[in-house]
Amino acid sequence: MSFHPLMLYDPERFQRSERRLLEEGEPFTFAPERRAALDELLTKYPPDRKRSAILAALYLVQEQQGYLTANAVRHVGGILEMTPAEVEDVATYYVMFFKEKVGKHVVQVCRTLSCALAGAERVTEALSHTLGIAPGETDPSGMFTLLEFECLGACDRAPVVMVNNEDWHERVRPEDCGRLVEDIRARGPAASSGCHLRIERP
Amino acid sequence: MEPVLTRYIREPNSYTLDFFLKHDGYNGLKAALGMEPSAVIDLVKASGLRGRGGAGFPTGLKWQFVLKDTPLPKYICCNADESEPGTFKDHVLMERNPHLLFEGCLIGCWAIGAKVAYIYIRGEFFHVQKVLEAELAKAYAQGYVGKNIMGTGFDCDIVIHRGAGAYEAGEETALIESLEGKRAQPRIKPPFPAVSGLYNCPTAVNNVETLCNLPSILLNGAEWFTSLGPEKNGGPKLFCVSGHVKKPGTYEASMSTTLHELIYGHAGGIRDGHQLKAIIPGGSSVPILLPHELEIPASFDAVAQLGSMLGSAGIIVMDETTCMVWAARNLLYFYKHESCGKCTPCREGGDWLHRILTKIENGEGEMRDIDLLTSIGSNIAGKTLCAFGDAAATPALTTVKHFRPEFEAHVREGRCTVPADWRAARTPVAH
Repeated sequence: MSFHPLMLYDPERFQRSERRLLEEGEPFTFAPERRAALDELLTKYPPDRKRSAILAALYLVQEQQGYLTANAVRHVGGILEMTPAEVEDVATYYVMFFKEKVGKHVVQVCRTLSCALAGAERVTEALSHTLGIAPGETDPSGMFTLLEFECLGACDRAPVVMVNNEDWHERVRPEDCGRLVEDIRARGPAASSGCHLRIERP
Repeated sequence: MEPVLTRYIREPNSYTLDFFLKHDGYNGLKAALGMEPSAVIDLVKASGLRGRGGAGFPTGLKWQFVLKDTPLPKYICCNADESEPGTFKDHVLMERNPHLLFEGCLIGCWAIGAKVAYIYIRGEFFHVQKVLEAELAKAYAQGYVGKNIMGTGFDCDIVIHRGAGAYEAGEETALIESLEGKRAQPRIKPPFPAVSGLYNCPTAVNNVETLCNLPSILLNGAEWFTSLGPEKNGGPKLFCVSGHVKKPGTYEASMSTTLHELIYGHAGGIRDGHQLKAIIPGGSSVPILLPHELEIPASFDAVAQLGSMLGSAGIIVMDETTCMVWAARNLLYFYKHESCGKCTPCREGGDWLHRILTKIENGEGEMRDIDLLTSIGSNIAGKTLCAFGDAAATPALTTVKHFRPEFEAHVREGRCTVPADWRAARTPVAH
């Protein structure tokens, strides 16, 4: 967003605001069990520090409706005694909160150096080709969103792909991507190869 | 060296409380609770344990700085936001040996007089968090955490707090901000967390591996710990080797082990048919070392003498197929993306560096761009509130310093001169 005599100038690419307003969305209240989970979490922080639970609250919103909306932000703010602006301020900072509608399965490919050295760029290309969408986009059926992610912390099993912030697929090769997508479509989280450190398999 | 931290990780059910109790579990804590808190701090100081998160600051000293005479509660924050590219050691410790971490947290709490330890775990480690939560519940049920721990009258809680994807949350004051429910942005120091940290109370922020070293120090003593490594670099250390090696993984070794031994011995050497080009010894934020510089001990001090840093001991190995302009661009994308935006040099400079590197990588660069990289990089490093600025400038500065001819070739020939089959065919776009 800044200017320098030697810097590239291109309002389409650089000098543009990345701020997006959250969609209003449906009216939002937590389902009773999620509200109970949040109330339980609040007991772990000092009583006058409710806002410490905001990340957990926003995860619960995503669990309930997949992404954040302005209505959900207001609801969370009401519980944690924060203004909607304060909630939005936090929500927009962290990459694991989705600020717009995403697919049922959000496929997050690690793109940082160790994974890239192991071929993560080609994995992204293959997924992009299989799904027919570019990174950052959601396919028309609303099943898949493809995202590039920063270092996931399993560089010994690169490239790593995470799905929906939770399920891991390790050592993904470009040629496996077609099957991976079909597998996720059919079995959801069960398709995850899981973390290799887990040696006790059922 | 006999592994200490990772001795049992390959054994089935090594993460369970039962297994842990059969292998000296919570005995370090028992020993600590039989000592005065100040004696525990003295012991840790004598062991010379240095923080494993990156800076290598002596842990005992950090604890000693925590205010003692204050009516405010005190806190331990465990930094489990392992996000430094190339680092995956805490991941292993937490998933395979969670009770060791709990024990370390409790020893820390006893030493500084805290009643709560918050474990701030990165959001991406959801599967690790599930292990931690299940095991923590067991530890509570059996009286190793919570009220009246092991009948000694010591009360201490452990809370697991999930982050949500922010590299910057690994910086100690940013971690505290994030725990308080704000953006993970660093604070101005001083005051340091030891004086005013979480909820403006005295706080010690310690890395997972640091805390995991405590039980064995309590059990075996300071002398044993210092004897495991070179002077001032004692104890076992976890090294993460990734990139173009045959056996990437986490390896436990003494800090007297050479970098060469770690890469060619433990990690099996460079993949077949290729030669080593460069390594990053301590996570992506530190300067590159060249193949002829590897015959040094992988210790904080020895690596620092060569002008780099051991950092988080995430060793990223690159062979001759790696284009250094590409590698720098990859990392600068990371840093511009993860910059918290608080300090202008880092927020703007990181973006500028990324744009220029993309331009050079695409063959559209000019010779003056190479000097511009150095100039911008030097104007970020040392001019920000936290170490992120230095970290962001480093990949650009260090690649230009060691591989300038490669940058010039890109400009001269108008294309990437070191293409590799494992890279995407698409042309990178700066955005």
